[in-house]
Amino acid sequence: MNKLQKKILIILLLLCMITPIGVLLPVFFNTGDAWGEWSAQTVKELAGYVPKGLSKYSDLWKAPVPGYSVNRKDSSVAHRSGYYLVSAIFGATVTYIVMLLISRLIIRNGV
Amino acid sequence: MHIPDGYLSPQTYIPLYGVFAVAVTVAVKKVKKEVSALDIPYLGMAAAFSFILMMFNLPIPGGTTGHAVGSAVIAILFGPWAAIVAVSVALIIQALIFGDGGITAIGANCFNMAVFMPFTAYYLFRLFSYNTVRKARVLFAAFISGYLSLVMAAILTGIEFGIQPLIASSSDGKALYCPYNLKIAVPAMAIEHMLLFGIVEGLITAIIVGYFLRNEPGLIYAFRKGR
Repeated sequence: MNKLQKKILIILLLLCMITPIGVLLPVFFNTGDAWGEWSAQTVKELAGYVPKGLSKYSDLWKAPVPGYSVNRKDSSVAHRSGYYLVSAIFGATVTYIVMLLISRLIIRNGV
Repeated sequence: MHIPDGYLSPQTYIPLYGVFAVAVTVAVKKVKKEVSALDIPYLGMAAAFSFILMMFNLPIPGGTTGHAVGSAVIAILFGPWAAIVAVSVALIIQALIFGDGGITAIGANCFNMAVFMPFTAYYLFRLFSYNTVRKARVLFAAFISGYLSLVMAAILTGIEFGIQPLIASSSDGKALYCPYNLKIAVPAMAIEHMLLFGIVEGLITAIIVGYFLRNEPGLIYAFRKGR
């Protein structure tokens, strides 16, 4: 790994450390979910009904760490920020390793 | 821009899975040909960067939240084909582990943010930089490329949302999937990305491309291909 690559890794780690901004800013400005990413419950409030297909498929997948939080019921902003930071480091590390393995498979050994 | 499960009909998400599969198959062949083994660490970092960047939810006061994606800068630095693989890895891990984006919508989300967006960004950059390495011109092209590619990907996502009531409604006229039509979904997605998230994508693209232009200009894929 060369100097520039080491520098980028450090910057990525620093970026992970400040990801709680992604929790704090929306709380501070009191904004809702991203457009089109509402829960079935929120769609009911917004559109007046829950579309049948939406209610059928919205809980199709039980993600191990849903919403970058180990405990979705924990609404404390401080706790959520902490979960978010850990999720950022964990998720970015997994992504980095998976991408390295895939790239090696493609470039060195061929597919 | 991460479409959850239940918002797209099978008539939409199945074809998009197909298109995505074809794009990945071609991307794997191209990456094998174009990327040197020495640059493998950069691809890992590019995927991780995209993952982290998408966690920075930015609020539009009184409205919704959104984020930049990073596809534009990855496409300019390492090529659109490598960007397909890198951003797809980030998106699939977000869906599987963190439930960000639906499982049925993986094809759609990857097509929007990891296929359509990097290609749009790459060709916009080539168009606006016009093969010059003059700094101001390159930074301008990088900003425009990031800004427009994110806005266009958002519009594409808005179209996918908005056609749902046309494709699948029950006999009483209620939508089965996304309840909002094109007239609502497309402007909603377009405006928020034009106002804020696109500007962030543009600035990030310009800053990082500017950094590589100063320090590692030989690495930049868009310039190697351009000459």
